[in-house]
Amino acid sequence: MAKHILSPLPGTFYRKSAPDKPHYKNEGDIVAIGDVIGLIEVMKSFNEVKADQAGKIVKFIADNEEPVMAGQPLVEIA
Amino acid sequence: MKIKKLLIANRGEIAVRVIRAAKELGIKTVQVHSSADTESLAVKMADEAVNIGPPPAAKSYLSIAKILDAAHQTGADAVHPGYGFLAENAAFADAVEAAGMIFVGPRGDAIRTMGDKVAARVAALNAGVPCVPGSEGRVDDHEQAKRIATAIGFPVMIKAAAGGGGRGIRIAQNMAELETMMPQASAEAQAAFGDGGLYLEKVIERARHIEVQILGDGKRAIHCFERECSLQRRRQKVWEEAPSPVLPQTVREKLCASAVALAQAVNYRGAGTLEYLYDDKTHEFYFIEMNTRIQVEHPVTEMITGIDLVREMILVAGGAALSVAQNDVRMNGHAIEVRINAEDPAKNFMPAPGTVTALAVPGGPGTRFDTMLYQGYQVPPFYDSLLGKLIVWDNSRDAAINRMIRALHELRVEGLATTKPLHLALAADAEVRAGAFHTRWLEPWLEQNLDKLKS
Repeated sequence: MAKHILSPLPGTFYRKSAPDKPHYKNEGDIVAIGDVIGLIEVMKSFNEVKADQAGKIVKFIADNEEPVMAGQPLVEIA
Repeated sequence: MKIKKLLIANRGEIAVRVIRAAKELGIKTVQVHSSADTESLAVKMADEAVNIGPPPAAKSYLSIAKILDAAHQTGADAVHPGYGFLAENAAFADAVEAAGMIFVGPRGDAIRTMGDKVAARVAALNAGVPCVPGSEGRVDDHEQAKRIATAIGFPVMIKAAAGGGGRGIRIAQNMAELETMMPQASAEAQAAFGDGGLYLEKVIERARHIEVQILGDGKRAIHCFERECSLQRRRQKVWEEAPSPVLPQTVREKLCASAVALAQAVNYRGAGTLEYLYDDKTHEFYFIEMNTRIQVEHPVTEMITGIDLVREMILVAGGAALSVAQNDVRMNGHAIEVRINAEDPAKNFMPAPGTVTALAVPGGPGTRFDTMLYQGYQVPPFYDSLLGKLIVWDNSRDAAINRMIRALHELRVEGLATTKPLHLALAADAEVRAGAFHTRWLEPWLEQNLDKLKS
């Protein structure tokens, strides 16, 4: 079964630290527990989303700048 | 031209505030909103509502084209920008007027002048308003910097001409530090902003934040006294009051007159605020910037003067002269506002969006609660965390603090964490009670009083 990294907070999901910076992670990358995979902006404060499981990123389910709910899957990993 | 239908280009409690003022004037209201705000109180209260896009502000509340479309579609003849979002965007003010509608605020050129730090400083100095001592514009070389620093006295701030938001600032305590820091600051500014230009400003230590409310009709400007907002966390105001607990009457008169002079010099129309730093040891005040909009903390001024600032700004935008003369503006009693934010003060002010499962709003004499909350409302995570403002008025500052404590105990917002415990702790603090604070007072206090911030 596919594993997912879930959004810990409701807000807006960002895949990079600033508009002119590269994505934290890309599809195909290997992630370790604790790696930052994106940011959630909630009420103008930015919170890092860290991987709570390790594996290879199959795909991003949430797009950059997409509004997300708490508990919503952001990334599928295998 | 009298306004008949007003579009509110904002959200939250200020949208509710503007709708109330419009209704009292017999003006129809149009509330634009993002898809995250379909269930907002402002949408429910307005005569009409238009969905202008998805939750991110850039695609809705900041979209000039979508807002103007909504205005045309509904036949609105005026736009109120509230605060934040497009409120101080000169291009928006120009676009609204170019589309044949009234912008409830100053003209685009006044917004432009006051929004540019150097232009605002020049306008202030020309109007005789004291500014923080420093270089007049950029410093060209180190010898000039040394001469200026000697003249204004250490410590001095080295600021990037193209900087902002606290970036690119260094503080030099003496000449040796100044010499070391100037090249570093210039290189950093070049890297960060593509412009190595620097300017110098005297550091005003333990300054208080005092601001003057002004109103203008394009010909005449008046002041409505000052507010003090020195209790700040990360440059965000948390507790605001009027009048300032420390300003002597003679200084108040000079301060307020300077604000009127500057407003008059730019033929200001609408409500505006001039922010100053105030040194309570020397009684000197220094202009820092002007906000060309209604401010979050405007109710404390309304409570001590009896003037409805939002009503007044709508009326003058419609072409009326100011309804009050300076001599009619009187200060009575003391008012305090505290910001109720969806943040948990015990967890480093972590934002706490969620659903309001129960709500009890304080009432009784001298108590006002401006909010967009209702029971069952789901606070969206996409915008700022302000849920409401609790404002109290009483005859004296001491009585107002007692009333604030009473009203805070009546306030109950269940389902999410709020900053209520912070305000109860501040109201119980001896230094707050004595008015003995400055803009850097609150942050160390928070570190030492963490145990008092639990709900």
